[in-house]
Amino acid sequence: MAAPDPFLPQPWRVERRRRELIGAVTLELAPLAGERPDFLPGQFNMLYVFGVGEVAISLSGDAERGTAFVHTVRNVGAVSGALTRLEVGASIGVRGPFGSGWPLAEAEGADVLLVAGGLGLAPLRPAVYALLARRERYGRVVIMVGSRSPEDILYRRELEHWRRRSDLEVLLTVDHADADWRGHVGVVPALIPHAGLDPVETLALVCGPEVMMRFTANALLAAGIRPERIHLSMERNMKCAVAQCGHCQFGPFFVCREGPVLRYDRIAGILAVPEI
Amino acid sequence: MESLEDILGRHPFFAGFEAAHGRLVAGCARNVRFAAGQYLFREGDPADEFFLIRHGKVALELIEPGRPPVVFATLGEGEIVGASWLLPPYRWRLAARAVELTRAIGIDAACLRGKCEADHHLGYEMMKRFLPILVERLQATRLQLLDVYGKR
Repeated sequence: MAAPDPFLPQPWRVERRRRELIGAVTLELAPLAGERPDFLPGQFNMLYVFGVGEVAISLSGDAERGTAFVHTVRNVGAVSGALTRLEVGASIGVRGPFGSGWPLAEAEGADVLLVAGGLGLAPLRPAVYALLARRERYGRVVIMVGSRSPEDILYRRELEHWRRRSDLEVLLTVDHADADWRGHVGVVPALIPHAGLDPVETLALVCGPEVMMRFTANALLAAGIRPERIHLSMERNMKCAVAQCGHCQFGPFFVCREGPVLRYDRIAGILAVPEI
Repeated sequence: MESLEDILGRHPFFAGFEAAHGRLVAGCARNVRFAAGQYLFREGDPADEFFLIRHGKVALELIEPGRPPVVFATLGEGEIVGASWLLPPYRWRLAARAVELTRAIGIDAACLRGKCEADHHLGYEMMKRFLPILVERLQATRLQLLDVYGKR
C-alpha cells in the first residue's frame, strides 16, 4: 500500500482527553480509518484543528503499546489553544509521524540520563517507556525533571510511580516553592553534579525550553560528558514537516527532518546565535 | 574516630587543599546538627558561621512581607551553605532552614577570616573555592529569573 501523502492530513478522533495542568491536556487520538502508524520515541505529528491551523506536537505515548497517538499539548497559541479545548469525539487532521527519534539503540549498554524541563517531559516519556521495555539493555537510568513549581509538575502521578521503581532514579526540582515542598528547589542543571554520573558511560537526552537545554548542556559538559553523547530535542517553527518550507531552518539543518532530536556537537556552534 | 580535619579533607570543597591549611580550617570547625524545620540562620542575623553539609537538605528562603517564605534553592550533601560571612557587614541576606535532619560542619567565620587575613595564601585558596560556587548560583538564579517554563 502506498504511504499516505505527507501533506494530506488524515482524519483522527479524540478518544480521551485528560487535563494535566492549567492550560495543558493530554489527547488520545484514534484514526478514523486504518491503524495507527508506527513511530519512534522523540518524533512528532502535525495536528490540524480545522479552520484554525496546524501545529507540531511531539508524541508522548508508548510507541509499542496501544492503538492511539498520545499528545500532551499546552495552550500557548491559537492552534494549541484550540487543541486544549477539544472535547472527546472531536475530529482533527493528523500528519506524521515526522522527524528523528531519541538514539535509544546507541544508548544500549550505556547509562542513560534524561533531563526534562517543564513540558519537555512529554517528548521524553516515550523514551522512558522504551527504556523500561528493555531495561536489561541499559545501565543506570536517571530522570531529572525541572518545573516551575510543584503545581506545574507534568505527569506527577506517573513520576511518583517511576520513583518507586528500583531500576529507575527520578529527581525532581522546582524553580520556586513554599515551605511545604520537601523536594529540591533550583534549576535542573544544578542536579547534574550530584547524580554521581559516570561521564564516559552516560548518554544524555535533554528536552525543554532552549535556554534550559543550553544551561543543561553546559552542566553535562562540566560533568565530563562528551558533546557527541548529548542529544537535544529542538523546538522550531515547523510548518510543512517535510523540509520544504524552510520555516524550521536551523543553520544547515531543517529541524523537522534532521531533528527535532539533534546531537549537541552538531549544533553547539549555532545554539546561542540569536539570528539563528 | 575521624577527626574534623579528616572529614574536611575528604569534602569536595577542600580537594587539593594543603594539609597545613586543612589543619587551620579544622581549628575553626565543629560538628553541628539541625532537626527538620530548624533554622541554621535567619535573614539579618550575624554571619558568624557557615556550613558544609554532610547529610540532609537545607532550604534557602527569602521573606516577602505578608507572604509565606519563598524557597528559591535547596542544598544537599557536599554543598556549602552561606557566603555572607565573606563580606562586610557579615550579616545573612537570607534564611536557611533544615528541610530534614541535617548534619554539617560549621566553620566559625570570625576565626577563619582572621586566619585568612594572617595567611593570604589560605585566603586566596578559600576565595578560589567560593567564587565558582557563587558564579554557579548566579547562573542558576539567572535561569530561574527567565521563568522558562511559563507561558511565553
